[in-house]
Parts: sequence; structure tokens; C-alpha cells
Amino acid sequence: MSLLPRTPSQTVGPYYAIGLCRRPENELVPPGEAGAIRVVGRLLDGDGQPIGDGMIEVWQASDRRWGRSGTEADGQFSFLTVKPPASPGEAPRLDVYVFARGLLKHQLTRMYFPDEPEANAADPVLSALPALDRAALVAEQEDGVMRFDIRMQGDRQTVFFAV
Amino acid sequence: MSDASTIVLPDDPSFGGEVQIDYPGYRSTRLRAPERPLVTLPEDRHSPDGPVFGEDTVLPQDFDLTSQHEGEPLGERIIVSGRVLDEDGKPIRGALVEVWQANSAGRYKHQVDQHPAPLDPNFSGAGRCLTDDDGNYRFISIKPGAYPWGNHENAWRPAHIHFSVFGRAFTQRLVTQMYFPGDPLFRYDPIFNSVRDPKARALLVSQFDLATTIPDWSLAFRWDIVLGRSGSGTTPIEEEA
Repeated sequence: MSLLPRTPSQTVGPYYAIGLCRRPENELVPPGEAGAIRVVGRLLDGDGQPIGDGMIEVWQASDRRWGRSGTEADGQFSFLTVKPPASPGEAPRLDVYVFARGLLKHQLTRMYFPDEPEANAADPVLSALPALDRAALVAEQEDGVMRFDIRMQGDRQTVFFAV
Repeated sequence: MSDASTIVLPDDPSFGGEVQIDYPGYRSTRLRAPERPLVTLPEDRHSPDGPVFGEDTVLPQDFDLTSQHEGEPLGERIIVSGRVLDEDGKPIRGALVEVWQANSAGRYKHQVDQHPAPLDPNFSGAGRCLTDDDGNYRFISIKPGAYPWGNHENAWRPAHIHFSVFGRAFTQRLVTQMYFPGDPLFRYDPIFNSVRDPKARALLVSQFDLATTIPDWSLAFRWDIVLGRSGSGTTPIEEEA
């Protein structure tokens, strides 16, 4: 049977906040939840400049948590979550979608956890990447938060995955 | 109007349904479109069996963008409806559909939009709904206006409504724009034309639909949305009806 053609993607544009950020949705767990982690990062363009009109969505398949955060003028986004359980043979991770003006289709990446070196080394997707790419997908522990910067272009471009 | 040939590239059916993410005529892609090829993942699709993606925040009246204020917004009243389907043609029920748009003068209620057209105190321009068991969604709104933007000299966006759709799996995520039939601005717009295959591009254009108009009250447009598959080897395949 022939498949229906999929509806093509278009950019989220500069004004997505009126439709998609009407209420805060960046807390995947309530504040004060045991094991709660603050994940922060910056979305950066090919010149290393902040993307102030981007949007990040995170999805934790294993514990069915989802959230999204617009980016501020300094490119910053922020989530409150807990580390999701790992699927067998994989390291725990967040699936991360990036949306922005100038980005005609959202891009998928992954955030892994810095305190899981063994699981990360055994993760089939992460371990198959070159060392620099691998390092860029592991958040950094920083003053009580986990930092995960996303670079759209350049030598240190974040790895994006086909969906 | 700038020479369209520098902004809009010729059709190229080899792109199929994919948008060209480094489309040169859309200036903002230059520092934002990833340059490296995408990495392929092993097949791993999760279909949650309940609300996850903010579906629980939808109020019944959120589908009507014309009744969010004391008075009615100015503009042509329209009903926009259609179905959310997967590639196999199966309806996706409970899909969260979120929309946002400019008012009838082409102005967004957003601090960054300073184009000298009036705001409408009776129009915020955002709505949401969930699809029913047959995958149907429906919004009441007003027809958005075209508006100028800074991409190139005398650049205008054709009228459009932004759509954000969640299917049953994260891999079915879609953000796109719905256009109106016969818009004379199509041929000048790099965002619309970044879908290089004309057949795929046509999927972004709604159809005027007399059958769903409401006589003496509202025009109507139909637009179906097709997402990827939600199923994987690990979820049972639903029996054919």
C-alpha cells in the first residue's frame, strides 16, 4: 500500500511564544521533587552568538515526561527534571528537539548525564560517535546545575540525529 | 519587489517531502541550519498511551480564537478544520494541535513585531485543541493578513497560520505553516519555497471548502496533516477495521 505523503516542515518563526509558550512548561517535575535536577544551556548560532528566539523541547520516553522552554535573549533555556531510568543496555538521556526562526525543520539531539561514565561508555548510540561529538552530548556539572549548550554550526556543532 | 530569482530557487522534485534546511533565500538559515549530515539512530519509537505533551492543559473553548475577548476580532471569519493522519492513513486521535497567527492586518501580538499595522484588542491569535476519535481538529478564527519582514527588500510573507502538532510519539512531532489557496505572494516567499518539490509544497496549502462554511457567518478552509508512523516493532499493531 502506498503511503500518504507527510506534511512538510516549516520554521516555527519568531513569534512562536504566543502559541507555544503561553504558560511555563519547563518543569517536568514539581520544584522540590526528590532528585530534581536543573538543566540549563544556551542555544548558539554559527558565529557563537545566542539564539534568542529558539525553543527547546525535551522528552524522556522511559518515564514519560515532557517539557519545553523558549530561549531568552542570551540564548538560555532551562528545565527542571529528574534523571529518567535507562532502557536496557542504554545510558539515561533526554531527547532534545531544537526549534528556531531560521530553522526550517526542528532538529533532534540527545543530552546524556555526566555522572554516568560507565553507562555512557556502553550506550550504543553515544559510543559510536567520535570523541568530540560524544563529549558535546554529555552535560557538564556546574554549580548545582547541569549545563548543556547546543551549537547549530561550526567545528563544535552539536550532533543532530535523523528522525 | 526584489528579483524573485535570487530569493526563490527553481522547483526540485528530488527533495520529495523534505524542506531544504539551508535554503539560501531565507537569510536566517545561514547561521542556524546545521551543516553536518544527520546521524542515523536505531529504530526506537515510543508511543505513550496517555497524555504527555501538554494535552491536559487544553480547555474546550481554546479552539475558538474569536471568543477570547469582550468583542469580536476584525477580519474575515474562517473555520479551519481537517484531520491528523499517519502515513498509513490512520487517524491520530488525541493529537495536540496548537496554532498561532497574525491578526487580519498582518500584525502579531508579540513585542518583537513592530510592523506599523494595528493590533486588534479582540484578537490574541493563539488556539489549541485535541483531535477527536477520527483525527478531526477544528478552529474558528479570522483570516490572517500578509505582512512585511526583513529578509530582503520588500519581502512579504503570504498569509499563513502556524501549526504545531504532537502525534502519539515524539518522532511524529511537526511544526509547520498552513497557507491559503491562490496567494499571489507564494512565488516570492523563500520559506514556502524551501519545500522544493511542488507536490510537497501543495500539501501546505489549504482548500476553500464550501461544505464546512456556515451560511451567513463564516468561510471555511480544509487542511489535512500527515505525520510519520507512530508504531514500532515493540507496540502491537492495531487490527484493521
